Amino acid sequence: MSLSFLLLAVAALCALSFYFGRQRAVALSGGRYSNLHSLPAHYGTYVALWCGLPALLLLLVWHIFQGSIIEAMIIAELPSEITGDSGQLSLALNSISLIAADNGQHLTVSPEVIDAGHRLANLQSIANAALVVVMLTGASIGVSLSYRKISPDLRARNNVERISRWVMIACSAIAILSTVGIVFSLLFEALHFFSKINPVDFLFGLEWSPQTAIRADQVASDGAFGAIPLFVGTLLITIIAMCVAVPVGLFSAIYMGEYASSKFRAVAKPALEILAGVPTVVYGFFAALTVAPFLRNNGAILGLDVSSESALAAGLVMGVMIIPFVSSLSDDVMSQVPQSLRDGSYGLGATKSETIRHVIFPAALPGIVGAVLLAVSRAIGETMIVVMAAGLAANMTVNPLQAVTTVTVQIVTLLVGDQEFDSAKTLSAFALGLVLFLVTLGLNVFALKVVQKYREKYD
Amino acid sequence: MAAVSQSAMTAEPSVSSPKMTARDLNLFYSDNQALFDVNLDIVERQVTALIGPSGCGKSTFLRCMNRMNDTIDGVTINGEVTLDGRDIYDKRIDVVQLRARIGMVFQKPNPFPKSIYDNVAYGPRIHGLVNSRDELDEIVMTSLERAGLLKEVKDRLQSPATGLSGGQQQRLCIARAVAVSPEVILMDEPCSALDPIATAKVEELIDELRSNYTIVIVTHSMQQAARVSQRTAFFHLGKLVEVGETDQIFTNPKDERTKGYITGRFG
Repeated sequence: MSLSFLLLAVAALCALSFYFGRQRAVALSGGRYSNLHSLPAHYGTYVALWCGLPALLLLLVWHIFQGSIIEAMIIAELPSEITGDSGQLSLALNSISLIAADNGQHLTVSPEVIDAGHRLANLQSIANAALVVVMLTGASIGVSLSYRKISPDLRARNNVERISRWVMIACSAIAILSTVGIVFSLLFEALHFFSKINPVDFLFGLEWSPQTAIRADQVASDGAFGAIPLFVGTLLITIIAMCVAVPVGLFSAIYMGEYASSKFRAVAKPALEILAGVPTVVYGFFAALTVAPFLRNNGAILGLDVSSESALAAGLVMGVMIIPFVSSLSDDVMSQVPQSLRDGSYGLGATKSETIRHVIFPAALPGIVGAVLLAVSRAIGETMIVVMAAGLAANMTVNPLQAVTTVTVQIVTLLVGDQEFDSAKTLSAFALGLVLFLVTLGLNVFALKVVQKYREKYD
Repeated sequence: MAAVSQSAMTAEPSVSSPKMTARDLNLFYSDNQALFDVNLDIVERQVTALIGPSGCGKSTFLRCMNRMNDTIDGVTINGEVTLDGRDIYDKRIDVVQLRARIGMVFQKPNPFPKSIYDNVAYGPRIHGLVNSRDELDEIVMTSLERAGLLKEVKDRLQSPATGLSGGQQQRLCIARAVAVSPEVILMDEPCSALDPIATAKVEELIDELRSNYTIVIVTHSMQQAARVSQRTAFFHLGKLVEVGETDQIFTNPKDERTKGYITGRFG
């Protein structure tokens, strides 16, 4: 019986138990629901949960242990010349599972292994059948126990709510645990990297060329893992992006919030927010195929030597991408400045621009700073645009007309294609990822703190 | 009834040489008419109180007097409001200069999130009233003095104004209005967010300010109107029902509606 069919069966059982649980509660109420502690539907849900949850729990436990138990049983029966050597053993286990899946006709292996393969297939089908039995037994025990417990005094509502609370806790735990898992995998791989490369060399080295020899006899450089050129490139592009996004975003927010008529705003605001919906890969080829050649051609007219993949092109386009981010966040904080302050200023004879400059902007400044910091952390983490438009060469330069590379670009190039997962080259991606993560995390925490502090002021 | 109210209107003749006047003033919020043919004279260096039940248009009328309604979308106004005989809705009038002559104090204290000093200095700075730091200091000090706040804040002029108590904040807002040397000060329920002690201080202040400024105050408290004002105007459903000497309005109202409101039969 396949897993999806099994799950469907459990769901059907739950539906049935809901129906019968509810029926029983209705019958017990004697026609007046007020005789019951909870609503009839709560009794139904109570029984249904007791049907579904034990079954699912058993399924989970079964799946965690089934593989290793069966493997242990197979290994126990293999001859010692195979089990003695770990390389041999894993090879044999591979063949066994292939044979069990009826996929091993082309293999030339010893008869013991073939036997073991058949035994594995056999064991697996037994295990699957047993699983069905166990799950259905679990479900029926749950149902019969809970069904019998139904009485007008049973606090079904409280029980159901307690269970649903645990379900919600489990869901949020999944979200949090996966974040923690990501952080730890980053951390461990990065530590692995730092055991090969000195962290000081990594953080402060001035040369980045991660190409290392794969075979001992190969001609290649030793690899240099100084990340400073990447940090400089990232910083350069971020600064260019901010030079575009902050003024444009801020002024458009001020115009939308303070000057624009409501009719214009109704059209223009969604139009601006469409920018936020453009996929970054589209921005990427816009930068690489439209903006970069444009800059190069015009640079040539001015006598400037603009490389075809320039920090300027990537930064400009990234800035455009971030405009809606800055404008909608700063629009939010400025619209939170109370109307009474505007009235106070107008009442003293201030013009609109004086009111904005002297009252609204200073009052909203902490929030705007927070918005800008959030935008910076987006720019630092942005990948697609720079991959396509900024180039790969780790040039140590602050000249925006040249190609630079960023942390994110290097992570992408390090991990694209066939990789050896224990070479310093591959592992350096995790170290870079860790640095990136820490920087953006720090910026986000700081920015959110600033924004929050500001929010409290008018509440 | 209509005849009575008509006679009430004419029984109080328009005063000679008023500071401000409203003539046949109508105001619409989109399609809703909020003011109907209001005719009112404001006497110089007196306190005029506008009273009436909620939604009767008294605050709306007050906001017409320094064109604060301009900032609200969908408001149309017809009729005439004059200051010293000049129509303030005339196209040639600069609303910025107008509001420098007609200051306003709001219902809720609304100090800017700046220092106490900068709050008072705000108006003089934007209007370029001063040439030196010393002059500005002078204006700030006299304004705070006039608002009766100087003694309480003179040691902490640079601390944030939002740290003051509600009553102090409201007096700071009055000082802020006074700092641009207006001729008229409009007050929209200036004490409604204050406790009785702070209210008493502000009322005392209004009484003192009367010697230098023309004051129009909207209030929900009839005791307050009786205490601080010399003239009282009663609004009802967007119409000016009756206006006269405060004593006369409170002791001998001519209109039945005024009488009903004052004696608390409706409100």
